[in-house]
Amino acid sequence: MPGYTVTVTVRLKQGVLDPEAETTQRALERLGFDLEDLRSADQFELDLTAEDAEAAQERAEEMTERLLANPTIHDYEVAVDPR
Amino acid sequence: MTVAVLQFGGSNCDRDTVRALEHLGADARLVWHEDGLPPGTTGIVLPGGFSYGDYLRAGAMAARSPVMEEVREAVASGTPVLGVCNGAQIGCEASLTPGAFTINRSARFQCEHVHVRVENADTRFTRHYEEGDVLELPIAHGEGRFEMDTEELETLTAQDRILFRYCDADGEVTSDANPNGSKDNVAGVLGEADHVAVLMPHPERATLPDIGSTDGQDILRGFADL
Repeated sequence: MPGYTVTVTVRLKQGVLDPEAETTQRALERLGFDLEDLRSADQFELDLTAEDAEAAQERAEEMTERLLANPTIHDYEVAVDPR
Repeated sequence: MTVAVLQFGGSNCDRDTVRALEHLGADARLVWHEDGLPPGTTGIVLPGGFSYGDYLRAGAMAARSPVMEEVREAVASGTPVLGVCNGAQIGCEASLTPGAFTINRSARFQCEHVHVRVENADTRFTRHYEEGDVLELPIAHGEGRFEMDTEELETLTAQDRILFRYCDADGEVTSDANPNGSKDNVAGVLGEADHVAVLMPHPERATLPDIGSTDGQDILRGFADL
């Protein structure tokens, strides 16, 4: 079976406060940088084998729904690349 | 009632909880999560602490440990469950209770005494209080900000499933009295089953008279049928 690297990006839903991102933005501003907004996200890279890219995508989505993201506060994206 | 206080690696309020429950006359025992629920368990506490080092999100790992399947089965058969602090995070991560507890508005760990108002006194956890009663309880958390979709929170409120809201000493629910930015000042909620509840403040740390406030006693009494 072919190997894939699946990249899962988990971020807070729009409108959910991100105090760590706000603190990071303030720190950048203190360093003299000019920026309008800063958003943070968690990224997971999963190496796996699957029948095809679709199966890899499906499995990664299930992993994300079950553990990597909390659907109450997170949105996520899944990208599949051949390895 | 025989209460199982579930210990995960990193739990640190487990012994306090047993001691507080015993002080009130309950039969409580520590149960290591890998040992499973002992036969005859008639109540379950998910205690505070830092299970699995808060990896990924506070409570995320413990919520998916095998013992939680047993907890789910126990809930289905009517066994009451109380989640405190990390236990509240575990309860929400396990979908036993709605919403999520995430990083404090301050982005800091906060350890302080707060006031909460009893919003619904018609539950097993609050039955010894009157609606509107103000309790002084300690909090100690970095991820205690209650988050939930606004519409869902409206539904939850309409269903009378908000147990406690952060308030000032006079019982006014204000943003100044909200220690962590929780939506709608929510400090504790009921699960879909009304014998399941979670809250971020620590009733077990406000139970033994020697260490100050005893305002938390009646939460444990209600939970444990005392």
